[in-house]
Amino acid sequence: MDFNDTPEEAAFRTEAARWLADNQLTAQDTEGLSRLAIAKLWQKRKYDGGWACIGWDEQYGGRGATPIQRVIWGQEEEKYNVPSRFFVIGQGMIAPTIMAWSSPECCDRFLPKLASGEEIWCQLFSEPASGSDLAALRTKAEPEGDEWVINGQKIWTSGAHYSDYGMIVTRTDPTVAKHKGLTAFLVDMKAPGVETRPIKQLTGDSDFNEVYFTDVRVPDGFRLGDVGQGWQVALTTLMNERLAIGGGGSGADVPLAMKIAREVTINDQPAIKDSAVRAKIANFHVLEAGLKYNGYRALSALSRGDLPGPENSIGKLVGAPKLQDIASFCMDLLEEHGALWSDDFESLTGMAQRSYMGAPGLRIAGGTDEIMTNIIAERVLGLPQDPRADKGIPFNEVPTGN
Amino acid sequence: MNFEFSEEQLMLREQARGFLAQQCPPAKVRAVLDGDQGHDADLWARVGEMGWTATAIPEAYGGLGLGYYELAIIAEELGRAVAPIPFSSSVYLATEALMAFGNETQKARWLPVLASGECIATFAHAEGPGQTTASSLATTLSDNTLSGSKKPVVDGECAHIAVVTCQSSSETIQLCLVELDQDSVSRQPLQTLDFSRGHAAIDFTNAAAQKLGDGAVSWRDFEALLDRAAVLMAWEQLGLADKALEQACDYAKQRYAFGRPIGSFQAIKHKLAGMYVKNAIARSNAYYGAWALASGSESLPLAAATARVASIQASLHAAQENIQTHGGMGFTWEFDCQFYYRRAKLLSLALGSERHWQDRLVTALEQQTATAA
Ligand SMILES: Cc1cc2nc3c(=O)[nH]c(=O)nc-3n(C[C@H](O)[C@H](O)[C@H](O)COP(=O)(O)OP(=O)(O)OC[C@H]3O[C@@H](n4cnc5c(N)ncnc54)[C@H](O)[C@@H]3O)c2cc1C
Repeated sequence: MDFNDTPEEAAFRTEAARWLADNQLTAQDTEGLSRLAIAKLWQKRKYDGGWACIGWDEQYGGRGATPIQRVIWGQEEEKYNVPSRFFVIGQGMIAPTIMAWSSPECCDRFLPKLASGEEIWCQLFSEPASGSDLAALRTKAEPEGDEWVINGQKIWTSGAHYSDYGMIVTRTDPTVAKHKGLTAFLVDMKAPGVETRPIKQLTGDSDFNEVYFTDVRVPDGFRLGDVGQGWQVALTTLMNERLAIGGGGSGADVPLAMKIAREVTINDQPAIKDSAVRAKIANFHVLEAGLKYNGYRALSALSRGDLPGPENSIGKLVGAPKLQDIASFCMDLLEEHGALWSDDFESLTGMAQRSYMGAPGLRIAGGTDEIMTNIIAERVLGLPQDPRADKGIPFNEVPTGN
Repeated sequence: MNFEFSEEQLMLREQARGFLAQQCPPAKVRAVLDGDQGHDADLWARVGEMGWTATAIPEAYGGLGLGYYELAIIAEELGRAVAPIPFSSSVYLATEALMAFGNETQKARWLPVLASGECIATFAHAEGPGQTTASSLATTLSDNTLSGSKKPVVDGECAHIAVVTCQSSSETIQLCLVELDQDSVSRQPLQTLDFSRGHAAIDFTNAAAQKLGDGAVSWRDFEALLDRAAVLMAWEQLGLADKALEQACDYAKQRYAFGRPIGSFQAIKHKLAGMYVKNAIARSNAYYGAWALASGSESLPLAAATARVASIQASLHAAQENIQTHGGMGFTWEFDCQFYYRRAKLLSLALGSERHWQDRLVTALEQQTATAA
């Protein structure tokens, strides 16, 4: 164990830091651009410089970097305010699934454009009647010649409105047990029959969508894994999702709480001197630091060749409620002022509020707190599963409540 | 001893609930949330007609002369309905301040119109981020002219008059009464995270104002005013918490996953039972708070702080776990879960945050121990 860089790592860090300093986006570069356009611009710049998706093989646009090098790169890149969320689903979750389950042709066709940010991807898993119970999904895919015809509805699809491609899980056989009748595909979001409708979120923004499929044709070559293997394919995505969204990402954090606590007073003293405030901040730091090092340890496991395991469920399970709590705490420090709506998300209040409003979504997206807790109990601790009402029953005979 | 509301009081609750179900359904809350008004003027007028604004005002001043149990009941129902009206500012704070500190002329002039609801009053104390204390107050009153800035002022965009806190000494403050419709008062409407309750920043530039009462008010008496409001606010938060729990229970019974209702999963059962427990603790503390308020008990500071802390915790928890129980649906604009989430946080910041009341609570315990010794 060594939390410091080895000489080679230090050299890598210097190289990364230098490249970032030389190539960072300037105000001139980004003027008038949307967050998405800025993200694409930055991704392309990294790709051209050989710094996109550095853990991937060179043939797909990466540089075959080790997990430790990815940590170092992440630490250095984090020092710059660059938007990355648009690529988390495609690069962090779907690309590893494509690598594991699709044809070499699909890898060649899709991975480099994923790395360069030219194509954005979405995850078409959840449906109105199947969120936690993903394997209960109903969207149908039926074979026709060397194509598949997809009909059905997906919901909560983040970024579908700006995505070029999606990964979809469908039901290809309703007469077998629910996990057995699924098949996964890559799908062109611009294909005829794909209709995307935005859903307004609790926050007031619309980042997720309903996506309707009406006779959408997909070539058999876009299939991931075998027919009926969709559940295993989806698990690859979900395992990587836990790793990709782990720590909960940006938003209200200890540095923000420290900043506010230095600015406001409690009983006419700086709030940062108040022992109750200190205790709270200390507890939040314990969680943030633990999550960060947990992420590093997970990456070392990957470098030994292990797959991301269920223990990575901790990231979001801890990170999302922590985000909610620390945001609430930051607003409390500001007292009534903390309620004032700020559209400036860089401001103290704006950052706390955006996190407070967004955190409930994070506690649900990508597996709810309850599902994550079940995964830890059952797959990490080996506790017995709940009796299953739908076990072994053909999908079309499972109780649905309506 | 008797730990229950009377028959009449229970009837009032039923009546209030029925009235709000009719007059303040979720669609009304949503209309204010989505629109650009800071409150529902029509609902306010009807609430005035019902006499709710007159509840605790003595009959001599046009009120109903009922007591604080009745007001607590109404507060709870308004909380359940997430009513988009300036009730807490006008009734729990400004009206109470007038009754506690106003002189005869002031009471005779303002209480009757506050009772009828024709006049909306608010209470302007905060002056920016963080706590506002006797020593930090910068707003001044001299020779009946008021100068300074208050931000945020809850319901400040619709109020006609305001009770404003002003600088005096490190142990006292000066309260004054100001009519907001005058040239030397400028108001800027502000939005909070709860779009269904308007706020404002108010600047006073040598505005005409009157001292409330004769002299400065001790910080203690000022805190007593906040204690009274805190009890009523606790009831409002409690109503919200119970409604959020009910909504979560209803959803958990009808939503299926893995071939069974999600309410059959122990994770959800325990979540909902946990909400219930927090609400029950808050409710019992709110009862004691209502008694301390209604009876003028010396234990009011402790009772109020206890009720307030318990209700803050219960309502924030219920609102957030209600969303969680709804899964993705809970995170949409379309579902009502957001009302409770927004309002719970707003109410938890009004009158001082949880930390502030925890501090007050322990101070009250210290004082109690000192008295006993
Ligand atoms: C912001 C956001 C972004 C999203 N983005 C995407 C996306 O890009 N692509 C995509 O496919 N999906 C996406 N989702 C959907 C997300 O994966 C689902 O919302 C989530 O899995 C929960 O499913 P549900 O909404 O159907 O809730 P339900 O499954 O109906 O859950 C309701 C409640 O029941 C609980 N519950 C369910 N089963 C159990 C159990 N066995 N034990 C204990 N408790 C249980 C849940 O924890 C929850 O509290 C997103 C969701 C959100 C909020």
